[in-house]
Amino acid sequence: MLDMLVYIMNDPNVRWIILGCMLLGLSSGVIGSFMVLQKKSLIGDALAHAALPGICIAFMLLGVKSTAGFLIGALIAGMLATVGIRWITEHSRIKQDAAMGIILSFFFGIGVLLLTRIQHSGNGGQSGLDKFLFGQAASMMREDLYLLTGISILLIAVCTLLFKQFKLVSFDRGFARGLGWPVVWLEQIILLLTVLVVVAGIQAVGVVLMSALLITPAVAARYWTDRLHIMVILAGIFGAVSGAAGTVWSSMVSQLPTGPVTVLAATLIFAVSALFAPRRGWVARLWQQRQNRLEWQKQGGVSHEQ
Amino acid sequence: MSSDFWIMLTAALMSACCGLLGCFLILRKMALIGDAISHAVLPGIAIAFLLSGGRDSMAMMIGATALGLIAVFLIQWLQSSGIQSDASIGIIFTALFAIGVILVSLNARNIDLDLDCVLFGEIAYVQWDTWMMSGMDMGPRSVWMLGFALLVILTLLGLFYKQFKITAFDPAMAAACGIPVMVFHYLLMGMVSMTSVASFESVGAILVVGMLVIPAATAYLLTDRLGRMLIYSVIVGIVSSIVGYYTAYVLNASIGGSIVTVAGILFIITFLLSPRHGILFRKLQHLKLNKTSLDHDMK
Amino acid sequence: MNTKPVNLPIHTAVSPLNAQSITVAYHKKPVVQNVSFTLDEGRLVALIGPNGAGKSTLLKAMLGLVPAISGEVSIYGKPYASQRKRIGYVPQRESVDWDFPTNALDVVLMGTYGRLGWFRRPGRQEHEIALESLSKVGMADYADRQISQLSGGQQQRVFLARALAQQADLYLMDEPFAGVDAATEKAIITLLEQLKQQGKTVLVVHHDLSTVESYFDDVLLLNRELIAAGPVENVFNTEMLQRTYGGRLTFLQDSGSMIMAGK
Repeated sequence: MLDMLVYIMNDPNVRWIILGCMLLGLSSGVIGSFMVLQKKSLIGDALAHAALPGICIAFMLLGVKSTAGFLIGALIAGMLATVGIRWITEHSRIKQDAAMGIILSFFFGIGVLLLTRIQHSGNGGQSGLDKFLFGQAASMMREDLYLLTGISILLIAVCTLLFKQFKLVSFDRGFARGLGWPVVWLEQIILLLTVLVVVAGIQAVGVVLMSALLITPAVAARYWTDRLHIMVILAGIFGAVSGAAGTVWSSMVSQLPTGPVTVLAATLIFAVSALFAPRRGWVARLWQQRQNRLEWQKQGGVSHEQ
Repeated sequence: MSSDFWIMLTAALMSACCGLLGCFLILRKMALIGDAISHAVLPGIAIAFLLSGGRDSMAMMIGATALGLIAVFLIQWLQSSGIQSDASIGIIFTALFAIGVILVSLNARNIDLDLDCVLFGEIAYVQWDTWMMSGMDMGPRSVWMLGFALLVILTLLGLFYKQFKITAFDPAMAAACGIPVMVFHYLLMGMVSMTSVASFESVGAILVVGMLVIPAATAYLLTDRLGRMLIYSVIVGIVSSIVGYYTAYVLNASIGGSIVTVAGILFIITFLLSPRHGILFRKLQHLKLNKTSLDHDMK
Repeated sequence: MNTKPVNLPIHTAVSPLNAQSITVAYHKKPVVQNVSFTLDEGRLVALIGPNGAGKSTLLKAMLGLVPAISGEVSIYGKPYASQRKRIGYVPQRESVDWDFPTNALDVVLMGTYGRLGWFRRPGRQEHEIALESLSKVGMADYADRQISQLSGGQQQRVFLARALAQQADLYLMDEPFAGVDAATEKAIITLLEQLKQQGKTVLVVHHDLSTVESYFDDVLLLNRELIAAGPVENVFNTEMLQRTYGGRLTFLQDSGSMIMAGK
């Protein structure tokens, strides 16, 4: 087991991939914190599903696999999807959850339709469905890594620069608008950064599970702190650790896809946080309840004697 | 019998199951829980596969329903501990789905369960996968499973229509009336899980949510009565599956994807043109309103 | 219903807030119709009316938070957009998620964001302003407290402190007295008096008719349309209230010591 680990870590290719997955986890943890606090956790899920038709159309237009092309296609599709969700909820009595379900499955349906069409059209040898669905970090190339690095740097820079704005927009939208801030634009920037991360992440963890990297580390981080900046940093760390653990673990066992293992690692961190975090964790709260009860009984006893 | 007949029958049965349940999901604002369940049943299917050593329909139904209910229970548990509902859904369904994928990938050699097939379904192969009982060919297995699911749904909805309606509309009042709200909640969730597993072979786990949400939402824009909404929803579902099937045939593409795409297009048309809630109609009304308020100013 | 314009006393100074025939509609229904009024400087003004009368909507329309389909708002004689920094806003407490990871001081600091500009972070000066605002509402001891651990009244006071940190001239408050304890109510009213003495103008969405006379100088009566506006002693009487609340007023009169008693 251990020499296996050493062997894997000595492989430069694997080291690259681990680095890539860590960057991905870091970025999604950071931007995911803002999405979760804006109560838009599942938008990431819709974005990931919506990216599929964008990727397919990019491929059909270009005729070759091009990461940049996929990125642009997915970006456009993701933006269309969020506009669609907003459009439906604003112009009909359909609520947010149903609107998301509609857009998510409609876009994904189109994506599947196009993908099968590409596959059947004899332009064969195209990446199979499951690559997009569950990701295959091993297929990550050097240029993908550069892309991920670029996205991470951009994302962290924007989040640092606009931290004040992102915080207020997430906490009290109405007040931010009262200050005259372009709230809609700020929200769009957060969304755009999310789309970038999602698109970059699809290759590594896949469409279906991408949303976990946005949500799970952020919610786990919330258990450990009451301050936003600490939560954002922690979420980034949790994401990076999950990415690394997922890659190492899946490369040690054959047949194990990276995405699901990364998600399981993140879920594990979440479970530990939810159970054992000080103050907010389950155990701490049980303990607090017990203390309260004892305190109450003691006081009750005293007043009884009087 | 012709393959078209079996495919149509499967599609119609699935549309009926999903259409009926979808209405309640939408009215209870639980569309995304439906999505979560349809993903979370995967480990249930995989475990049933491993335990029963084959495609035993009953084992799969039970396994999937159990996992669906576990997912709902876990989501609710997280919510009650203070996590937003969206985030709880996201955490639980991705975790269960990840477990499902890992189980299937690790046992790919032992079990004849193709991931692509689970996720996208292939309604075209329905007729070849028949249910053999004591050597007799009883017809496609999917038809039996979906038929069974529809029977359960119709029976429960028929018996408890009133209760389902009131718990969807006003759970607090339902509880005050002495209706066991939780029981009906889990009954609904159980039916959704059952439908997910029964449908996954025809449209696939990921697109089940499309059939649950899109036709019901379309119906929601057409009527204000629950009874009619249920009927319209089923009709929209059936029309989408028939048109979708032929579209897929013409385009030589996935039937599941094409069915959901057609359903989405029907939704868009309704969204724009519905006499009551369509965008065009509302625009007209808004214009009228602006005009009256202008007239008002003139006075 | 009578819609003839309500005339306020003529005054020389530029009015803090002037609204001209504001109409707001949600989908098909007009929620607020053809409302015009002018506020005088240095007054505490209550905006009252029955549930669903459009009080909050009108307030949000003043701030541009909901689009008005017609009408104009001017703040100190100029369009709203150029005067934003002179307006302090206290939204309804329920409008935000109090489980947000932040503490009381941090929320108050948000009041200084408007002045800080795009990229500057709150510095020592802003921290001082925030701490001072917190102590003005009697919450200085709670600066480090996570906001979910504050009581409803304390949360309301944090929101007020945030508006103070905005250092505005005109304050718009959406139901600050809703569901607060007696201590908070007292703290808020002391604060309102202080603001008034500094010559600030405060418009408060209010729902407790029994305190209108003791707390406020002017009153706006709203039920979709503006029923009446003016000093409390001129406008706040049975006839006007009857017209604002319609049949519901008798219910109000029955349910406790109504304001009418003294009239």
